[in-house]
Amino acid sequence: MSNGATSIEFRDVSFSLASGRSLLSHLTLQVEEGETLVLLGRSGSGKTTTMKLINRLIDPTSGEVRVERKTTLDWDPIRLRRRIGYVIQEVGLFPHLTVEENIGVVPRLEGWAPERIHQRARELLIMVGLDAEQFAARLPRELSGGQRQRVGVARALAADPPVILLDEPFGALDPITRREIQREFMTLQRELKKTMVFVTHDVAEAFLLGSRIALLKDGELILLGPPEDLLQSEHPEARAFAQGFSERHRAGSPR
Amino acid sequence: MTLGEFLERHGGEMLELTLEHLFLVFVSTGLAILIGVPLGILLTRKPGLSKPVLGFANVMQTVPSLALFGFLIPLNIYLFDVKIIGGIGARTAIVALVLYALLPIIRNTFIGISSVDPAIRDAGRGMGMTDRQLLFQVELPLALGVIIAGVRVATVICVGTATIAAAIDAGGLGRYIFRGLRANDNLLILAGALPAALIALGADLALGYVERTIQFGGRVKATSKKVIGSSVVALLIIAGAAYLFASKSVGRIAVGSKDFTEQVILGEILAQAIEARTGLAVERRFDLGGNLVHEALRAGEIDLYAEYTGTALLAILQAQPLKDPEEVYRRVKAEYARRFDLVWTEPLGFNNTFAVLVRSGDAEKLGLKTVSDAARVSAQWRAGFGQDFMSRADGYAGFVRTYGFQFQETREMDLSLTYRALAERQVDLIAGNSTDGLISRYRLVQLQDDRNYFPPYDAVPVVRQSTLEKFPQLRSTLAQLGGILSVEEMRQLNYAVDGEKRAPAEVAREFLKRKAILP
Repeated sequence: MSNGATSIEFRDVSFSLASGRSLLSHLTLQVEEGETLVLLGRSGSGKTTTMKLINRLIDPTSGEVRVERKTTLDWDPIRLRRRIGYVIQEVGLFPHLTVEENIGVVPRLEGWAPERIHQRARELLIMVGLDAEQFAARLPRELSGGQRQRVGVARALAADPPVILLDEPFGALDPITRREIQREFMTLQRELKKTMVFVTHDVAEAFLLGSRIALLKDGELILLGPPEDLLQSEHPEARAFAQGFSERHRAGSPR
Repeated sequence: MTLGEFLERHGGEMLELTLEHLFLVFVSTGLAILIGVPLGILLTRKPGLSKPVLGFANVMQTVPSLALFGFLIPLNIYLFDVKIIGGIGARTAIVALVLYALLPIIRNTFIGISSVDPAIRDAGRGMGMTDRQLLFQVELPLALGVIIAGVRVATVICVGTATIAAAIDAGGLGRYIFRGLRANDNLLILAGALPAALIALGADLALGYVERTIQFGGRVKATSKKVIGSSVVALLIIAGAAYLFASKSVGRIAVGSKDFTEQVILGEILAQAIEARTGLAVERRFDLGGNLVHEALRAGEIDLYAEYTGTALLAILQAQPLKDPEEVYRRVKAEYARRFDLVWTEPLGFNNTFAVLVRSGDAEKLGLKTVSDAARVSAQWRAGFGQDFMSRADGYAGFVRTYGFQFQETREMDLSLTYRALAERQVDLIAGNSTDGLISRYRLVQLQDDRNYFPPYDAVPVVRQSTLEKFPQLRSTLAQLGGILSVEEMRQLNYAVDGEKRAPAEVAREFLKRKAILP
């Protein structure tokens, strides 16, 4: 999928809280244009921190993060964020806005004409497999978990950003809906060819969606490479995840 | 009086006071919203400020309203040529009400915004919202229900506290409540309290409905956003204009009075005499509570009122009690001139001091003329005194010591109830006010204070020096009022108002005609 150009680059990046506790240490990695990099790890391994460093919700304590060859500190955070779609767990939808308004948030911020926003929202709803007529005017609480997640993805795609960050987007869904939506997402991936950074602790999801996997533990990068590398690694953390995957595999996981 | 008769007689006035009350509540709550919501938002941006600001608002709520008024009246803060803070009237009441209403609004705005789910805030920021966009498109809409709950609490506080505003001539339903408390008239108290309660209830229900609609409806439509936006602008304009209007003072000479019947009658006597004799326009600012009338006079909000020599000496100058009326008068006159630039004119003629009272039957049977006579026969007597008399420097303790009283029993009760208790033989001696109309009504006899225990409380008009300079013709009018009222006459006037429920203005007019001050 990669066409060779680097979209996002971490150069020896560390991040510590004001209290001094380190959440991420000496991370160096690159995300190529059009690839999907999965950040895999347990809770507290530094996945979400890595993600927030990309859209400048936080700034690195040391090292630098480059997006499109420019360090994030030189980016205007607002401009940077509007070039990056952001999907977080279902709570990320604004509860006081309808589905259509939620999808239209960034285009509205960008000053699109209302008619264009309307068209775009409908187009995206269809793209994520929701009936526009039926869902456009609903509020988030009137949707099922799966429907909410689809809207979340549609919202991140709204202004056609080159980069999309997804922070455990399907984490709160039941397993069946989850597999279903993962498959649809794969189709979207192929069609859109966006650069994606995808956070998960679900090894099956990582295998399914990732062109490469970055395994994190306690804020450190343990392994970076295509999914097969994880299965062959001798590192105990990699083996723990790999084992989880093969167990599920034997149990007849959809993959 | 039945309710029907009452409404027929007072209906129009009741409506007017209700409207005044609504005006105070509306303007105060409006200003409190305009100040409190932005302040609450600021606190979410600078959390370090939240402790001092919320602390200040908390403290404001614990300050008793009369104390707050007393603090605000002498302030003279001008913006361009318009006095914006200080003085008596609606303006000061509004400032006080705003201070009371701020806490719930600031607090709820702060809490409402702070409790927006951090994930939602992150989503907004992650999508590239500026702080402003996050505030107006996400945080405020989500916090609106909580903010309106705060406005609701503030409104109810304002409705309640606005009744106290009557103490500084700000109008409103408090007028009825104070008047009713003074005259022991439950119907009048209800006439003030009931509409106030209904306003509070109505505001609570209406805002409660808005609050629920927003919380369950979950969102504000684009059209209602416009409505909210324009209401805020309208509120700003109306509240600002109303506040400035409230600060406009009319009339050229303002006569004040304290908040009891005799004072209102004296206020009317002064006002009508000045109108008739000098042709000046007179503004009446009666019913000022506590010692606020003195503050108002010093601040130039009023030009004159009738003060009592003993009150000036003890309560205002905080001097030791003196017995000789001449000496007290000279002393307060000199001190007032020196310290306040205020002039004591001619005494009106009566002394409203404590009157030691017994039933006329007892006085005849036992031949009682003086307090000392009573002290000799009092071993089997029960005495009844008001709370005020029991506690003040020139009250109970010294009285009993001076005359050597040894009562079988001493009962402390509300002053207005002591007269009835005496008449109904529940007690045998009381200390009332010498000018109280109830003395004649219950056929009580005042015993002579033969040891001069009680300081004199001669009623005397007190005028601002600057007013006398501006309107020299006032001097002769006030001189004409010198010695015009005996204790007996004052009792009759008080009784005409308290007992016969006649209007103070009418009673004063009749009196001035009888004395040939009015044609």
